[in-house]
Amino acid sequence: MTNFEPKILGILCNWCSYTGADLAGTARMKYPANMRSVRVMCSGRVDPGFIFDALRAGADGVLVCGCHPGDCHYHEGNYKCMRRIPLTKILLEDMGIDPRRLRLEWVSASEGARFQQVVTEFTEELRALGPLKLRELNFDPDHPAGGDNHVAVESAAHDELEAGH
Amino acid sequence: MAKPKLAIYWAASCGGCDIAILDIEEKILDVAEFFDLVFWPCAMDFKYADVEAMEDKSITLTLFNGAIRSDENYRIAQLLRKKSVVLCAFGSCASEGCIPGLANLCNLDSILDYAYIKSPSVNNSNKIIPQTKTKVPEGELTIPRLWNTVRTLPQVVDVDYIIPGCPPQSDQIIEVLTTIIDILKNDKPLPEKGTVLGATDKSVCDECTRERDIKKITKFIRPYEIIPDPDLCLLEQGIVCLGPATRSGCGAKCVLAGAPCRGCYGKPQNIRDQGAKMISALASVIDSTDPEEIERIIRTVPDPIGTFYRFSLADSMLRRVQI
Repeated sequence: MTNFEPKILGILCNWCSYTGADLAGTARMKYPANMRSVRVMCSGRVDPGFIFDALRAGADGVLVCGCHPGDCHYHEGNYKCMRRIPLTKILLEDMGIDPRRLRLEWVSASEGARFQQVVTEFTEELRALGPLKLRELNFDPDHPAGGDNHVAVESAAHDELEAGH
Repeated sequence: MAKPKLAIYWAASCGGCDIAILDIEEKILDVAEFFDLVFWPCAMDFKYADVEAMEDKSITLTLFNGAIRSDENYRIAQLLRKKSVVLCAFGSCASEGCIPGLANLCNLDSILDYAYIKSPSVNNSNKIIPQTKTKVPEGELTIPRLWNTVRTLPQVVDVDYIIPGCPPQSDQIIEVLTTIIDILKNDKPLPEKGTVLGATDKSVCDECTRERDIKKITKFIRPYEIIPDPDLCLLEQGIVCLGPATRSGCGAKCVLAGAPCRGCYGKPQNIRDQGAKMISALASVIDSTDPEEIERIIRTVPDPIGTFYRFSLADSMLRRVQI
């Protein structure tokens, strides 16, 4: 897995985390270029569907960042996010996807260094987890049955039965 | 003029959709009078060869119920698509996988292993698992190959309309069939392709008359644990009710009878994943801003994947469990 570069979708809130990421940039702090960022107005805007969509589209991990609890620009948006993410993680785990591929972090507008650290850590964690491959996501008309095709062979048990006749 | 032709088919389904069609009672006579019923395996004796012999696009309307999980299901889905002018995914199985779609929680090998070997009610000491081809003295027997992943009808062929529900409610079936008969009789334009028929665009909560407060909860409970208040929103009483993540059209029958919505009408308009929507809905009723307490509360949600995707796992964004 030496050449594997994880793809991360970062969903950052406009008021704190995106500004924090911007600060990391203007302060020329270096962090891995594995994250693509999407700015949303609030971490409370992050529907779990966005996360599933990112994983479907080929992301190896999703990073959601919002204002620290108590600091939300809209008072309680980040609390909504705080309640959604753990449930989303449970669902991912049930779906057979490592819940560590979804990460929630609070990053304020002044925490450029923290943003740098979060992205660096998450990139390394995903690198260790390896690429996310979702099996049989889309229907393939060339292999409609999917899986290890249920091969038409006569089982040993059948042979035994026939021998008994 | 010859009557328009109607076909009704079942793939991986329980037969409940066919019964729902018969549940429209005397209206079935109007249907039989207007349409020439050319294929309905549940009710009448037709063979696949009869359908194969028909000209392409000669069936005016096909109501297709059942999910696609075998070569046979797929072959007939393709056949009926070719022979039909209008193909409707009828019911939850065809449109979103429904209960058969829960097979996507496992893989084919484990399903066969459990059903034919490990299940406590099975005595199969020779460990015989059905094979697609078996030689017997009289010749070779074949059965269709089962698939590893259950698919919905729109995933495998082009579908014109969707009629949701497990099963679709009879008043809605009457409504849809009456509308279609009216369209065909009076040469009116068909609804836009992809339209969901026999339901509305909103959620079950929209039809539910239970009172909603802004009450929040600290624990999820199962329906047997309490006698729910007859007038209050079930979700606000701690019962996981899929109303907010489910399309309305059923009349909120279950919820108004005191049972939580299980989500059989599928995701509402513009919602792409029932589970994702349900996570958001549950997150907004949890009364806590403390991560540890939140973790404790969400762990009381009984069987999240089986509850949120009871009817829509095969149509969910992630489609199946990764095994």
